[in-house]
Parts: sequence; structure tokens; C-alpha cells
Amino acid sequence: MLAYAIRRLLATIPVMVIVAIIVFSLLYLTPGDPAAVLAGEQATADDIARLRLALGLDDPFLVRFGHWVAGVLRGDLGTSVFSNRPVLDLIVQRLEPTVALTAASLFIAVLIAVPLGVVAAWQSGRIIDRLAMGFAVLGFSMPVFVLSYLLIMLLSVEWNVLPVQGYVPIAYGFWPWATHLLLPALSLGIVNAALIARITRASMLEILGQDYIRTARAKGLSAPAILIRHALKNAAVPIITVIGISFALLISGVVVTETVFNIPGMGRLVVDAILRRDYPVIQGIILIFSMAYVLINLLVDLSYGLFDPRIRY
Amino acid sequence: MSPAVPLPAAPLLELRDLDVSFRTEGGWLRAVQGLSFTLGAGETLAIVGESGSGKSVSALSVMRLIPDPPGKITGGDILYQGQSLLGFSERQMRQLRGNDISMIFQEPMTSLNPVLSIGQQIGEAIRLHQGADRPEARARALDMLRLVQIPEAEKRLDAYPHALSGGMRQRVMIAMALACGPRILIADEPTTALDVTIQAQVLDLMRDLKDRTKAAILLITHDLGVVAEMAERVIVIYAGRKVEEGPVRDLLRCPRHPYTRGLLGAVPRLGASLKAEKAGRLLEIPGTVPRLDQPIIGCAFAPRCAYAVDRCHRERPPLEARDPGHLAACWRAHEMEPL
Amino acid sequence: MSPRQSFGRLWRRHPTLIIGGLLLLLMGLAAVAAPVLGTIDPQTIAPFDRLRPPDGQFWFGGDLIGRDVYSRTVYGARISLAVGLGVALFSIILGLAVGLLSGFVRLIDQILMRVMDGIMAIPSILLAVALIALTGASLTNVIIAITVAEVPRVARLARSVVLSLKEQPFLEAAVTAGTPFLAILWRHVLPNMLAPLLVQGTYIFASAVLTEAILSFIGAGTPPAIPSWGNIIAEGRTVFHIAPHLVLLPGLALSITVLAVNLVGDGLRDHLDPRFVSRL
Repeated sequence: MLAYAIRRLLATIPVMVIVAIIVFSLLYLTPGDPAAVLAGEQATADDIARLRLALGLDDPFLVRFGHWVAGVLRGDLGTSVFSNRPVLDLIVQRLEPTVALTAASLFIAVLIAVPLGVVAAWQSGRIIDRLAMGFAVLGFSMPVFVLSYLLIMLLSVEWNVLPVQGYVPIAYGFWPWATHLLLPALSLGIVNAALIARITRASMLEILGQDYIRTARAKGLSAPAILIRHALKNAAVPIITVIGISFALLISGVVVTETVFNIPGMGRLVVDAILRRDYPVIQGIILIFSMAYVLINLLVDLSYGLFDPRIRY
Repeated sequence: MSPAVPLPAAPLLELRDLDVSFRTEGGWLRAVQGLSFTLGAGETLAIVGESGSGKSVSALSVMRLIPDPPGKITGGDILYQGQSLLGFSERQMRQLRGNDISMIFQEPMTSLNPVLSIGQQIGEAIRLHQGADRPEARARALDMLRLVQIPEAEKRLDAYPHALSGGMRQRVMIAMALACGPRILIADEPTTALDVTIQAQVLDLMRDLKDRTKAAILLITHDLGVVAEMAERVIVIYAGRKVEEGPVRDLLRCPRHPYTRGLLGAVPRLGASLKAEKAGRLLEIPGTVPRLDQPIIGCAFAPRCAYAVDRCHRERPPLEARDPGHLAACWRAHEMEPL
Repeated sequence: MSPRQSFGRLWRRHPTLIIGGLLLLLMGLAAVAAPVLGTIDPQTIAPFDRLRPPDGQFWFGGDLIGRDVYSRTVYGARISLAVGLGVALFSIILGLAVGLLSGFVRLIDQILMRVMDGIMAIPSILLAVALIALTGASLTNVIIAITVAEVPRVARLARSVVLSLKEQPFLEAAVTAGTPFLAILWRHVLPNMLAPLLVQGTYIFASAVLTEAILSFIGAGTPPAIPSWGNIIAEGRTVFHIAPHLVLLPGLALSITVLAVNLVGDGLRDHLDPRFVSRL
């Protein structure tokens, strides 16, 4: 198992290298002088020259890439063009809200999606199934900001039950933290629940048609016992897989949700960086998010064995 | 004073004019039509027919496990110890399943849950029906594994199905079915998917266990070789209807229905069936089973029957006794000679 | 079977296909007929109509600088549908090319697929954000940026179809018989590709419309002067607490459009249901 985990971890290195190459070389794929684009329309020739120097644009490509990779390996993601501070510091400062939002959303999504998918599969073709799947299609057709505003209107403006904006670090107390987090996490969770619910239903439907489900019924087991004990564990692998994949959607959602709710996380950092044309920050955040995505999916891979004893490493 | 005449006890299981239909795109498909039989305590009754004849459907309907939709019991009644199972609530049925009536299935490879250990799968029925706690259920599961003669039973308890051979899995299925001491064991093609030598071993085991547990067995099969080994009485069904019924010896010695004769000719000895099935010629009776979504006029078997006369195509023959306890639904049953 | 009968049959079996198709048709018509449907020029600034509530003349009300939000929303349909259609077309063409190369030329398969893995590991919004930040905000660049992020999904699908087709005896027979490669491609491979790509294409359409709106909303999409739905919503969000309709009505149009495309995708998947589609 450990050997397998290490082997899989090593296998992610090529992907990460390619991600790094893409993120780095994007800067040079752009037509014209990237420094001119980044500096904006009002920039003087002097500004552009200074930016070229700051980005190291005058060196040969491979030299620059080498410098950059060496930096990344040392934990140096470059320096913000806007604030002149190390990108890594900026990211670390913004880490807590983003991690909290992502984890809470994922939790809510799974909490909604798995029971919904299970019940829909069990009642397949009946009204509950149709309602659940209607909700699912609606869920991933609705952009997260539209849902966010709907929820804001309902829960905060109309009923005034939850705070609308901002983020309170958990260090200032669990309750203020949780109430500020609930609305954004709920919006993001509902949108992500849609995809997971659909896969849960499809996977459960396939399992419910298996012979061993008939065996379980012939034993006299009740529907909940059959669904949870016998079916869900068998259906788990595709569900876990889609949860890993949905992490990519979640990241897009985080960027938007943080903007809507004024949460000072990495999503806001990237949006601000766009407005300030602060490419080193954008580069650093992409790299960190992609790494997180690859690692999450590695964990997903490694967890298959917990659900299916036939999978051996 | 006249001596008290004891009323004949109600049979353990009785089917009365059972109709089971399935809703399809082309209308209702009548899978079982007017099927009646009784099963006495401790008796072994075999139901024989081709695939699609309705034999598995009637077995599943005893458990009320017909998938609904699309299936539905549309008529008749099923009586267990004189009580109508059709009037039972789902909760009452659950108390019966796996406890009073249990079932083993054809495919041991797919009928066990791949993600639960053998011990868990045997133990859960014991915990459910007999209120045993975890260690008790585990101990009982171990006893059951020993009963079905699985070597190294302690080790197998924590094994998963994929680590066992087909024959071992079918033994596990049997252990599971017998765990709560059922009155009736329904065995749906229990040996069809197994190798010939394993088939014989599993049949031996079932016979042995039947003597010990006194459970009645409803044996569903297409293999008359298995019937000869196991059963006391036989029912032959074709296109959802019973065409012949009788004690095993009579029926095998002198089948009264041409369809039964065809089955006997096609499956001469135990074990040949599996290979024949693989070769695509399970039965050497020409023709195919008729469509059940359209009304059948006359005898359903007539289009494939070498003995058919005009009348067979017009009128359906009634089920009539030829010898005591031996019934057949054929206009020419009286002409049939012993084989 | 008469057309009426076959339509009735389709309606009963795949109502989602019909409902989605009709909704999409409606949006398409709105986009084409925007100049006729828009009651007031979408770019006209009218200080007196600032934050005007919805009424008979300004159906969706007026925005911060008094532009008619209804007209802007109708024009927004053009942007969204153009982005959806453009991204779907380009990513299918590019993805198909990569997938075919990868499936048939073993030498570059590994390299291409690792590159696709790499692109897929980058969250698509961020990839698009980076591309747009570097190339400047314009409609064309938005389409290109979203396309880059979607190509790997198509490439993987196309490659898997090629690989399973290569196992089929008819393809082997055609190769042995000396059929030219292009003829094999045209006669055997592309027809089998059609259904899965069509379904995948509709899903890409839907996701591109969403992505464009998100990009505009966070300020990295179409230039603010263009009335895309994301821009309209982004402009309305500063006054959400007093004029929620400025966000919710364009948001409704956006949601309905994406819903329509997703319904069509689901309907097509169920209707065509070839082996490959079931994996989507």
C-alpha cells in the first residue's frame, strides 16, 4: 500500500511539470510583448522596460524557466508586480478562508447529493426521482453567483437570518465563523451537489440491478439496509471519483463566491490580480490550485481500496 | 360415535391459479398463467422448464420479489401455512424472507455482495431474524460454514467472495439460506453455473442438509438429471402453464406430455446440460418458445410438437389425471408409451 | 409513420429533448431578433432612468446609468450563444484532431495525453483568466481561452473511441484490404464519432456559456462595454440590495439558456445512447 502510494505520488510529477510548463509559457504565447499587455494602455515605454526587467523577459526562455522552477522548488513563487511582496506570502495570508469555504462546500455538497442520488435511484422513474433529477439539472445550469444572490435575498435580506458579507477567521470564535461561512458554502455546495447527485443515482441504479441486491432482499433486509449497506458501498468508487473531479468546479466556484460575498481568500486575490494585471500572482495561484487538484485526485485514487476489497495495490 | 376424521393439514405452501404478468412496450406479457401446486413439509418438488417458461418468475413471486414495475401478480393466490401471502404487508414479508422461506440463486459469482465479507453476509440474516448480537452471529456463521463443509472455515469468515471458487461461493449461498432454519428452501438452478464435478458435490450437500434440516425444497431447474437425483415430485411448465405433474419415477419412466419427452431426449444425463448450453443447443426440440404478449390459441406447444393434430391448434387441452397423481395437458396423453 | 406521430413518440420518450430544444430555439430567436425585440437601444444612457424600477417601458428596469436592462439582456443572448457555439465548434474540431492523432499515432500518444492531463489539472476558469489577462479582454479571446480549457475533454473522448474501434474486426479488415487511411477515417471512424461528439458538444456549449458569464462577472471576460449577461450582472451587483432585479432577471435568462442546452444534451444522450455516450 505504501509502495503503491509512493509510486502514484511519483506519477503525479510529470503532470505537475507539464502544468508548470503551461503556466510559465503562457506568458510567452501571447501575441506581442507580454510586458506591454501587462503594463496596460497608459504605460510609458519606461514602465514597460521596468516590467520586462522585473519579469526577466530579456533572458532566453530556458534560462527564465530554469530560474522560475528553481524558485518554485525553494518555495519562491515570484514577487507581486503590484505590491512587491512575495507571492507565496500573499497566498498564505489568504489560505484560511479559501480552505474553509472549499471544505464546507464539499461537505454540504456530499451531504445533499448522496442521499438525493440514493433515494432517486431507489424510486427510479417515480415522482421523487424526477424531482431530484430536475433539481440536479437546475443545479448545474444555474451559475453560482445567481444562486448566491437568490439565497442572499431569501435568507439575509428578507428574513435577516444570516450575515451577507465578509469572513470571520475561526480564531475569533466558531459561531461567527460558521454563520458567515454558511451562505457562501451553501450556494457553492448546492451547485456542486447537482453533478454528484447525478453520478450517485447512475451508479446506484447499476448496482441495484445486480444479483446480490436480490439476494439481500431475499434475506428479508429492509430498504435502508439494502441501500446503504449493500448498494452504496458498491456504488462508492464512481461517487468518490466524481467528488474528486468536482473539485475543479469547486475552485471556479470559490473564485466567484468569494467575489460575491467579499471573502478575502485566494479567489479574491486572483480577481484583484486580474484587475491589477499582476501576472506572477495569477501564475502562483494557478500552480497552487492545480497542485491541490492533482493531490485531491491522488487521495481519491488511494481511497478506492477502502470501499472495494477487490482492489489491491 | 364416529371416529374423529382429522382434517387434512394445510400444505406448507400452496399456489392457486397464480397469474404473473409483466408490462412491456407491446402490452402485458403473461409470464405465468393459472399455475397451481402444493408443497408439503419436508418435500422436494422440482419445477422444470426451458428458460423463459416462467419457472423462475413463479419462484420469485412466492417471495414476492418480482420487480414491480414492470412485474405484477395479477391473479390467484399464494398460501403459506394456509395464510395468503398476497395479503401480507411488506414488513410481514420481510419477516418471512430469509427466515421461514429462503432462496439460493443460479449465479454464485454474482449473487454474493463483493464488498462484504462472507461472515458479514451470513451473519446479517441471523442478526436480523434472531436478534443475535455481533459475536453470536459470527459464531453461528462459522457453524454454518462448517455445516456446508467449507475447509478452513475460520479463515473464510473474513474473506471476500472474490477469493472463493464458484463451488465454494455456492456453498456460502446455501449456508446463508439455511442460517435461520427455514421451512422452505427455494433453489433456482443451484448447480447450473458450476462445473460437472462441483455440481455433484453441491447436490450431495443439498441432499444431506435436507435430511438434517427437514426443510422443504422447491427446486427450479431445466435439468431432468438433477430432478432424478433430488426430487420426489415434478412439475413441468411450458409458456407459463403447467403441462405435466407427477411423482418423479412415474414421470421419468412414462412422460405423458411430448414436451417432457423432448426434455428427456435432449438432456440424457446429469451434467451434460452446461456444455450443451454453451454450444447453443440446450434443447433439441425444434422451434422456439411462443411469444407471451399475445393470446395463444390451442396448445402452446403444438407448433413445435411432433405429435400435434388439428385439434391441438384449436383447443387447449385440459390438465387431466392419467395415473394416480400424474397429470398431463395433452390431447394425446393416453397414447404415450413408457420410454 | 407520419411526422406528427414520430414527434408524439419523441415527446413521450424524451420530453427533455423537446423542452430544451424549444427553450433554446426561443433564446436563439431572441438573439437573432434582438434589434426588433429590444425596445430601447441597449447603449443609450439616460440619467433620469437610473435604477428605474421595472415598468411597461423598461421591462427589466434601468441600470446604474439608466440603460434599459431588458434590451441589454436580449442583446446579451447574442454574446452567450456566440460564445457557446464558438467554443463547442472549435473545441470539437481541435479535440477531434488531437484525439485522432493520439489514437492512431502511437509515437505521440503519450506526449499528447500528458499535455492534456496537464491542461485538465488546471482549473478551467483560472486557465481562461490567465489567457485573457495576457491577451487582453475581447470576445474572440474569451472564446479562445475557454476553448483551450475544453479541448482535453474532447480529445480524451475521441481517443477512446478510436482505441475501441481499433479492436473491431471491420476496421482490421478494412486495413488489411488496403483501404486508404482517409477513407477509413471517413467511412468507419467519423460516423462512430458523431453521436458521442454531438452529446459532448452540447455539454461544452452549456459549460462555455456559464464560464463566459463567470469570467465577465469577475472582470476577466468580455470588455465591459459589451452587454454580456455576466457584465450586466456584475454591474447590477453593486446595487443588489436596492435593485435585486438587475441581477436576478439577467441571471434568469442565463440560467434558462444553460438549462435548455443541458436538457438537449441529456435528451440527445438518452436518445442516441450509443455505447460511447453512456460513458459521459
